[in-house]
Amino acid sequence: MLEDATPEMSLLELLDRLNDQLCEQGEEPIAFESDCREGVCGACGVTVNGTPHGPVPNTPSCRQHLRAFGGITKLRIEPLRSAAFPVVRDLVVDRSALDRVIRAGGHVDVMAGTAPDADDMLIGHADAEVALDFAACIGCGACVAACPNGAAHLFAGAKLAHLAMLPHGKVERTRRARAVVETLDEFGPCSSYGECVEVCPAGLPLTAVAAVHREGLRAIFKGK
Amino acid sequence: MNAFRFRPRPKVTVAESPVLQAGVPAGDPRTAWRRRCAEYRLVSPANRKKYTVIVVGTGLAGSGVAAALGELGYRVECFTFHDAPRRAHSVAAQGGINAARARKVDGDSLERFVKDTVKGGDFRSREADVWRLGEESIRVIDHMSAIGAPFAREYGGQLATRSFGGVQVSRTYYTRGQTGQQLQIAGAQALLKQVERGTVTLHTRTEMLDLIVADGRAQGIVVRDLVTGELQVVTGHAVVLATGGYGSVYFHSTLAMNSNATATWRAHRRGALFASPSFIQFHPTALPISSKWQSKTTLMSESLRNDGRIWVPVKAGDERAPGDIPEAERDYYLERRYPAFGNLTPRDIASRAARTEIDAGRGVGPLKNSVYLDFRDAISRLGKAVIAERYGNLFEMYHDATGEDPYEVPMRIAPGAHFTMGGLWSDFDQMTSIPGLFVGGEAGNNYHGANRLGANSLLSACVDGWFTLPLAIPNYLAGVTPGPVLESSAPEAKEALENVKRRISKLVGNKGRQRPTTFHRRLGEILYRYCGVMRDAEGLEQGFQEVRELREEFWRDVRVAGAADRLNQELERAGRVADFLELAELMIVDALDRDESCGAHFRVEHASADGEAERDDARWCSVSAWQTDADGNHRRLSEGLRFESVQLQVRN
Repeated sequence: MLEDATPEMSLLELLDRLNDQLCEQGEEPIAFESDCREGVCGACGVTVNGTPHGPVPNTPSCRQHLRAFGGITKLRIEPLRSAAFPVVRDLVVDRSALDRVIRAGGHVDVMAGTAPDADDMLIGHADAEVALDFAACIGCGACVAACPNGAAHLFAGAKLAHLAMLPHGKVERTRRARAVVETLDEFGPCSSYGECVEVCPAGLPLTAVAAVHREGLRAIFKGK
Repeated sequence: MNAFRFRPRPKVTVAESPVLQAGVPAGDPRTAWRRRCAEYRLVSPANRKKYTVIVVGTGLAGSGVAAALGELGYRVECFTFHDAPRRAHSVAAQGGINAARARKVDGDSLERFVKDTVKGGDFRSREADVWRLGEESIRVIDHMSAIGAPFAREYGGQLATRSFGGVQVSRTYYTRGQTGQQLQIAGAQALLKQVERGTVTLHTRTEMLDLIVADGRAQGIVVRDLVTGELQVVTGHAVVLATGGYGSVYFHSTLAMNSNATATWRAHRRGALFASPSFIQFHPTALPISSKWQSKTTLMSESLRNDGRIWVPVKAGDERAPGDIPEAERDYYLERRYPAFGNLTPRDIASRAARTEIDAGRGVGPLKNSVYLDFRDAISRLGKAVIAERYGNLFEMYHDATGEDPYEVPMRIAPGAHFTMGGLWSDFDQMTSIPGLFVGGEAGNNYHGANRLGANSLLSACVDGWFTLPLAIPNYLAGVTPGPVLESSAPEAKEALENVKRRISKLVGNKGRQRPTTFHRRLGEILYRYCGVMRDAEGLEQGFQEVRELREEFWRDVRVAGAADRLNQELERAGRVADFLELAELMIVDALDRDESCGAHFRVEHASADGEAERDDARWCSVSAWQTDADGNHRRLSEGLRFESVQLQVRN
């Protein structure tokens, strides 16, 4: 029970305050993750009354302010819930499964110093914008936690779509799609419920999910 | 009574032979980097896997150098306290990255980039390093674009640029307002690629707590696994610190909650010189602190000053709502004091002017700690739609953070601690005063002098990470025997490990009452008051005393709940705050010692009639690099600065 919560507080500041109070009572504070508190690093993420990040849609936990909670005064705060994210302690979960997706293929093989002049690699204005829409993912993992199946298709698809839009990324497109799709076994299957896009703080579109299937199929038909 | 209070003046010893050599090749600074590269020794490809390089940090500099060394075939052990490399605070930079590509016909050139950077830094940076920064900036853009950063493009497909941070040319490359994020993600995925290849071993949730120096060389680090609490010695042939700046020493800053100075400070306590610790940039358009529980301040883009007018009520303590204050009772102080620049004065001047108004009691908002940034006139002149198109996302961000609608009521802004120009001193090869210990990005000091230009921070981190360090480190390694690394049972390693253990048990076993955060918050208040936007000798002496008292109180009364053998964020905080309490003292000592104003370091005693910073080039055209001995006494060495390609002049 917190007596001195104010509307300006963010959800995480509420937890800060709660921890102060616990410490005053001689108890141990609750562990939770956060870093930039500006919505860009992706470190924070808790489940509030069943919803990843909190009641405000498409907003990371650090930018969920109490004044936007309406009449909700009782909060049940839990870690992000997914089989792929084991709990480390209290509200802290292990999201390294996401990095295993990137490790497998979410990169471009260009060594330092070997890139050609970026002004010679023409990219249409609109293509660059679309690539950026997909690249905006902050890697928080809320999509996986929101998904009833625990699928990471929004996350993985965003990376595939982002790199497939760029000239250098196109070279390894087939290999990348195979490698990335393979890592998705660690997560659940996608049934296109679309719960992920409701919570995604970067506002990734559902077409990112389609990119997993598109790039995956493309890789199958491409043969070697 | 206060005037009679005993106030020990900080003891500053100036080293007997105070001149530091940076190892810049003699001759023209324009070509120094190319000539230095030509004389670097190399390591044959077959031998590279026999060398282990430890990289601490995975921001733009850390992920870059770890990946680049991995690509070349070295063994890399890379550490981050985050759960994933992508989360490093480079991710939060908004504006862009400068490069001296000078493709547009707008008068830009490498020379002009250097001139802007050196002048912007108020002639307290190393000229040859700035030339290197400009020269390498060209291929940084090519590289970051190739590895996945989707830079904004013109309709013809070429890279788009914009003008940023007060420069008159268009040399800033950007990806909307998320340039740092896109560069950081590209760097982190390049790092993960090397992890997949097996050249880099990545240790997440692992924090460096001490440096191991043996035979006069940096040969390892002591780390704590943040999940299990296990302490471990890791040794290698060289160590790179790419651990970022220390602006979070002010508690309320634009930095992330976990940004800290522990790695650089521990290296300093092991002998690495710390340069210009008092050079801190305060960003004029940060969100003010509105409540006691606010955890940090957030940066709002400087571009808002293009159309917003900054003002405070003429009358101190005016309680009226902004809309009720008539025009005649508003003071548009920037327009009044700097008619040529108006609201677009450089960052440091805007921050100082706001501070002056707030300190005079004319601050606004619930805590009287901010000034208005008003769009009323711009909206009536251009219409709401135009303003929404230009600043829509920023207005939304402001509304989101404060609950106030800037279309209806003026924004409130305040200066916030942002970027630290100071950092570990390094030579032209980015090597600190400890052989084998290298530094990259904001953790270092040499590019930005006393004030950093907008969009130069992402650049310096990328240049250090992808180009300077991967060229300079092999030159050092070539002189070191390949193969076995220092035994973890070596006396130096054991001593460092014991040192860390002792400190942790002291923190965990302390029978105090206050949380580490309480001390951090109080330290921030002291620093903002005495070593903030404006400093004077009397205040700095007072601050010195208060920091010492706070540090004593910390060790007497800190309480770290929980055990050390598992995830314990309270323990992590306590260690970082303990180091901040030491660093803060050195910041104050440096600010007091440097008896001039330059860039962001503004000593009230050294101001011109119109309130500008007055440099003292005869005495202070140098970088102060500090030693701290085992008893905590500070000793200053200095590196003289010479300007050959940019003429020393007053900033205008």
